[in-house]
Amino acid sequence: MPDSWAGLVQVAILLGALALVYRPFGDYLARVYTSEQHWKAERALYRLFRVNPSSEQRWSTYAVSVLAFSFVSIVVLYLLQRLQPVLPWNFGRGAIEPGMAFNTAISFVTNTNWQSYAGEVAMGHFVQLAGLTVQNFLSAAVGIAVAVVLVRGFVRRSTDRLGNFWVDLTRGTIRVLLPISVVVAVVLVALGVVQSLRSGVTVSNPDGSQSTIALAPAASQEAIKELGTNGGGIFNANSSHPFENPSSWTNLLEIFLLLVIPVSMTRAFGTMVGSRRQGYTLLSVMGVLWGVMLAVAWWAETHPNGPAALLAGASLEGKEQRFGIGQSVLFATSTTGTSTGAVNSMHDSFSGLGGGVPLLNMLLGEVTPGGVGAGLYGILVLAVIAMFLAGLMVGRTPEYLGKKLGRREVTCAAVAMLAMPTVVLLGTGAALLMPGELDTALNNTGPHGLSEVLYAYASAGNNNGSAFAGLTVTSDWFQSSLGIAMLIGRFIPIIAVLCLAGSLAAQRKVPETPGTLPTTSPLFGSLLAGTVVLVAALTFIPALALGPIAEALA
Amino acid sequence: MLKSLFSQCRAALRVLLVFTLLLGVVYPLGVWAVSRLPGLEHRAEGSLIERNGTVVGSSLIGIDPVFDGPPTRDPWFHTRPSASAEGPLGPGDPSASGGSNKSAFDPGQVELVRQRRQLVAERENVPPSAVPADAVTASASGVDPDISEAYADLQTARVARNTGLSEARVRDLVAEHTSTHGIGVRSVNVLELNLAVRDARSTLVP
Repeated sequence: MPDSWAGLVQVAILLGALALVYRPFGDYLARVYTSEQHWKAERALYRLFRVNPSSEQRWSTYAVSVLAFSFVSIVVLYLLQRLQPVLPWNFGRGAIEPGMAFNTAISFVTNTNWQSYAGEVAMGHFVQLAGLTVQNFLSAAVGIAVAVVLVRGFVRRSTDRLGNFWVDLTRGTIRVLLPISVVVAVVLVALGVVQSLRSGVTVSNPDGSQSTIALAPAASQEAIKELGTNGGGIFNANSSHPFENPSSWTNLLEIFLLLVIPVSMTRAFGTMVGSRRQGYTLLSVMGVLWGVMLAVAWWAETHPNGPAALLAGASLEGKEQRFGIGQSVLFATSTTGTSTGAVNSMHDSFSGLGGGVPLLNMLLGEVTPGGVGAGLYGILVLAVIAMFLAGLMVGRTPEYLGKKLGRREVTCAAVAMLAMPTVVLLGTGAALLMPGELDTALNNTGPHGLSEVLYAYASAGNNNGSAFAGLTVTSDWFQSSLGIAMLIGRFIPIIAVLCLAGSLAAQRKVPETPGTLPTTSPLFGSLLAGTVVLVAALTFIPALALGPIAEALA
Repeated sequence: MLKSLFSQCRAALRVLLVFTLLLGVVYPLGVWAVSRLPGLEHRAEGSLIERNGTVVGSSLIGIDPVFDGPPTRDPWFHTRPSASAEGPLGPGDPSASGGSNKSAFDPGQVELVRQRRQLVAERENVPPSAVPADAVTASASGVDPDISEAYADLQTARVARNTGLSEARVRDLVAEHTSTHGIGVRSVNVLELNLAVRDARSTLVP
């Protein structure tokens, strides 16, 4: 099959599969977080945790639980990496140096999974499994929990109780992430993904030479890495490595996995608020933006303008033969539209416009369709902003889903929305002021060099984790500044979103009047999409103009 | 508040420890145990290919064969370039994966593509314009097992000449090792093809 047909077939099967599971899986997600029943296994876990599953928390207590859990997770993951020499299965790989361990600990706990390390060289199996794989699950479960709390804020009336963090965390893990991962991991093995406890195998090549091929328990991590929109690979080359992603079938399965929860969360949202059309509206905004991004990236990569690509005859640098251009841009668009950041091709080698798409996808705030949980609360925050803007235009106090959007609600939404652009622009700006750092870090010159730095902070600030990976980020400056960018990009929005949920839940429901803007209409959809694009455009056009846009027009 | 934070941290630690056991030990080792089933184990251990009791490679990993003599006498099909290779062509390091991450505007990258085009054209004895794109661009993983049909076609005449096989025979072998894997881009697996060529050669009467 030629490249473009293979890509189109993959898009068609992908959309078909997502449509097939959308209703049942979305409804299942809603049930998971609304059911009064605890499973037996969950009760046993709650006893071990010594938490009372029936006591619900205020938004502030919920936030303290999230922060405490994330803080403890970062400390433990940091220590695991530092103590690697005394842990089993290290294969002689030494302690991860402090800057890298700091960055990686934050990266995996914030659902970023930025890789400043080369997996098969730096990390032994124990740290990969007991450290990194665990946070692949838990950081995803935290994201979904926060989104669910925001939905509860819209649903509940006159209460300060928003659920129990430990229950939401446990249910997301036990009822959603773990069972799917078990099944998918075995399917991935059947399709050729490795699940080996060896560090590698020496092979005698036909030409008489010998090579060592790295092995790892990849399938168990690959499954949750995509399902939880995490993205941190066992291997340095991530999902372009044939042991992580050996064929078009695994490619399709992996893209499906990284989209399935964010997409289905809109159905869960609609079900929980009692109007499924509310969810469809959000999904159509996400879907249209995703489709436009895919089309632009596809066109750009099949029409390269860089001299090396023109000389080669196609933009195949950093792409795998079995995926070609179609399946590479499909993966790139989906991994940056969610907060996954896994890659099956090297975005750094994309054309100016083609690489600009993944970058812009992140700068839109990752809502096309966004990370697990983070995508839903991200777009709901933008919906609040959109209603606020609409309210300003008609001079009326805005409402959304029967809740008034007053000063406190809009402030929370604005804080949640502005955290990411702040760290992206300040981080990029600060890095550009350090020529000593840039000289050793950049892999490319000119506008593409700027794009590498901008991409790094966009990826960290949005907890994406993909990279223009030519940038060398092992200096203390990059390890620490990107680590802090990830922390701010994750937890400021989470706190603001929980606060927003708290003030929404405390309200009574306001009845709909003829003046209420229906939030299931195409008008609202356009307003929301316009807000997403406009906010990103106003914030980032100057930076984008100097990087990807300059390169695209060269 | 501080007391609450402290008690939350203790709860967090308990939750993390229990989940580490479940998600970091039981889950991956459980998947590992299932992957010991016949039919799965071969794949879980890297789809290795054995010949006469020695492991000669993995059908999923492309390692470019090296020929010490003059390039025009080279009997091997070659993989795509690897970013971790020492020269413009040649084998990369399969124990450390990755791409070049070079932009198409990078002057060094332009020069590299030009060199590769030249070297491949000389090896195959064709004009540089006949060399396909995948032959002059490094893959994402550096261990891409596949090449395009065009690149396999380009190498067929040389391999036939240097192995004593007929071109038609080599072309048949290429076709046998070309697949879309159902829904993918048509690709030729280089290691499997090279082994098939070697096997076919060994049955020739010298």
